[in-house]
Amino acid sequence: MIREAGQLLLQVRAISKRYGAVQALSRMDFDLAAGEVHVLFGENGAGKSTLINVICGAVPPDEGEVSLRGKQIKLRDVHDARSRGISAMFQEFSLAPHLSVEENIYLGDEPKAGLWLKRGVRRHGAKEALERFGFDLNPSTMVGMLSRAQQQMVEMAKALRTGPDVLILDEPTASLSEKETETLFSLIRDLRIQGVGIIYITHRIKEIKEIGDRVTVMRDGKSVKTVDAGSTDHKEFVELMIGRTFDNFYPQFTCEPTEERLAVENLSTVSGHVRSATIKVHAGEIVGLAGLVGCGKSEIGRAVFGLEPILSGSVKHEGTEIKRPTPRRMLDRGVVYITSDRHNEGLMLLRSTKENISLSALSLSEYSRASWINRGAEQQMAQSVAKRMKVTPLDLSKPVSAYSGGNQQKILITKALARDTRVFIFDEPTVGIDVSARVEVYNFMKDLITAGESVLMISSDLPEIINMSHRVYVVKDGEVVDHMEKSEIAEPRLLNAFFSGTKEVA
Amino acid sequence: MNRRDSDKRSADATSWLRQAFIHLGILPLLLVAAILLFAIQEERFYSSLNIFNVVRQTTFLLIVALGQMIVILTKGLDMSMGAVVGFSGVVGALAMKAVLGVAPDALLLGGIVAVLAGISAGALAGAFNGIGVSYLNVPPFMMTLGTWTSLVGVSLLLTKGMPLTGVPDEFMRALGYGRIFGLAPPVLVTIILVVLVYALLNRTTIGRYFYAIGSNLRAAKLSGINASGQMFFAYVLSGTFAGVAGVLFIARTGSAEALNGSAYTLQAIAACVIGGVSLFGGIGKVRDVLLGAFFITILTNGMNLIRVESYIQSIVLGLVLILSLVADQFRMKLLK
Repeated sequence: MIREAGQLLLQVRAISKRYGAVQALSRMDFDLAAGEVHVLFGENGAGKSTLINVICGAVPPDEGEVSLRGKQIKLRDVHDARSRGISAMFQEFSLAPHLSVEENIYLGDEPKAGLWLKRGVRRHGAKEALERFGFDLNPSTMVGMLSRAQQQMVEMAKALRTGPDVLILDEPTASLSEKETETLFSLIRDLRIQGVGIIYITHRIKEIKEIGDRVTVMRDGKSVKTVDAGSTDHKEFVELMIGRTFDNFYPQFTCEPTEERLAVENLSTVSGHVRSATIKVHAGEIVGLAGLVGCGKSEIGRAVFGLEPILSGSVKHEGTEIKRPTPRRMLDRGVVYITSDRHNEGLMLLRSTKENISLSALSLSEYSRASWINRGAEQQMAQSVAKRMKVTPLDLSKPVSAYSGGNQQKILITKALARDTRVFIFDEPTVGIDVSARVEVYNFMKDLITAGESVLMISSDLPEIINMSHRVYVVKDGEVVDHMEKSEIAEPRLLNAFFSGTKEVA
Repeated sequence: MNRRDSDKRSADATSWLRQAFIHLGILPLLLVAAILLFAIQEERFYSSLNIFNVVRQTTFLLIVALGQMIVILTKGLDMSMGAVVGFSGVVGALAMKAVLGVAPDALLLGGIVAVLAGISAGALAGAFNGIGVSYLNVPPFMMTLGTWTSLVGVSLLLTKGMPLTGVPDEFMRALGYGRIFGLAPPVLVTIILVVLVYALLNRTTIGRYFYAIGSNLRAAKLSGINASGQMFFAYVLSGTFAGVAGVLFIARTGSAEALNGSAYTLQAIAACVIGGVSLFGGIGKVRDVLLGAFFITILTNGMNLIRVESYIQSIVLGLVLILSLVADQFRMKLLK
């Protein structure tokens, strides 16, 4: 196929996609020219993944159209898309760990004679593909034995083998070292010269500068703006990403911190995600724990609650050192961790609202004696805390799956209210919920600290960190790299710490 | 006009059926269909003697199914229950023989020892499963499958492959064919167990936690629940229930054999699943297991009465099981 740089390759018009109560894409427009790297930039949940899923045929859109070289197409599945020249490389690898490198490269498209596999052809083709892209891998190695970076090479070879015109890369550098990233970038540059159109998703502004041609910033399932990568600066990108329209929904309040509630000192976890972190949380304050996705901030909260094995360092609650924290022990001390993953780790989706709310409190003597449940007391408590948290429409017997995302999040928080909780560790408290539920969550936090409770708010949402925190710790690569008092909290300083891990303002 | 009315009526009936299906599942429909079918085909089916038979036959299955249900609620499975029934019968009978060998007249003591030994043997086998599943992280299916095979071997070793006979008639009367408050002892025991399990699952924290760990294990752990301990206890309970069934079995048949009760494993799982206990954990009611066990017994009993060949019977049972699973999937889709 002849590819000419600048020629319009792919066009997406007014694509919408809805998942249950969530509008993942709403009338999204996007286009891609041959020989360009077009970056998709936006927060988690902005709709980037859904968009590329539509483009690569994995998800059918509810409405809107996709055209390839001016011709409207309807993609049946990923295979169909691939045969038309659209190939995707996902962040979560689509590799079979127990198959070899070559088997994976040809998976779903094996060279065959009748029912018989042509193993020689496959071996040869895989070898050739690996060599062409400069990947030093043995085609017969089992993929599960490879490092993450090597697996990524396999994924890449798989995506490139068919010589696609459109290549989708979803955060390809997330697990690569500096050197591997360089190799990847030079490969991308080669492909660009060959006229391949590349859709590139990243959270790293540095990469946009280095490899991107155009950038489309997404927010709330829409395209906010498409800009030139070279002539747009750091600050503009972030402003486009987070938007300024919602500033006013943060409640106004002042923190008056008193005694120390929680102290984490030189904490390191066995997993290596947290390294020698020190943070303190006082009564009556909201402490923000900020950083990029995957920087280890969440693991600090999890380690305090006993969900991440601790290697060294200490966790102190109200001055008492807790040698081996477990959820049971921490709950009994009035410390709760409210997970960011409400579906997998927070709620029993098919059980009733009442059972979900009372689950962690049920063993208290108010609600059970010798394990016999006091159902009246349980019902009354569930009713009153769910009301306080404004779960609507409240029906305690309804399964949690019947509520919207925002109400599910409120039910998750309500669980903490069922006990006498003094320290709330929120992990991404507003992830995937709508604006009105957000406002309620923020107001709830405000009420908590007014009542003298403590809040540790782990968040990747920058405006949330800026507007809600009394103090902020910034985490990068598992280390606390910066700490700001209320008066010092500012976006440039935060971003600088996020990306470069230093305190100086760039 | 008339046509439209009848259309409307049939649409109402369809939507009513649909609602009934969503709320109750397919089991009540199957149960009613089976009862009607057999009652029309064979009048002996609804004779009081046969009804009594059905109730008595259901007891054993129901006891095992209750234990199985608890395990399935935790997203587990106990494949060894049938083998535990045989094993605890053998242990009970051996213990009784030992007592009577020393003191031939100590019938009461012998009986009590037999009951305690049999039930403890069951609990022990359950504890073995529990350790494997909850502390050593062996997948429940494989762990209990291993226990099943090994336990049959142990029972065969203990009995040298022969049935143990010579159970005193007094024991058989007391726990088998006698009457307590006008009820056959197995029926009475079953009623007590149904009430206990109902209370356990609906009124205690232990029961609530079974549902919780089956529904979302990680959420349960984050809520401070001792998930390993709970899971261990679930298997101890299923073993204990199999032990009770094993002891009652010797009282009914007068002999103990390694392979006694081996059919109960699959039948009990079928009773649970047909009753709507989800193999994915966290969902299921005692009432539904009760109906499930009755349905399977009625089906077998009815087919016997109208002289369906036993080979055909097992084909029918298998197909009904699959049908109910398919219907359940469908129902879940409608629920969402």
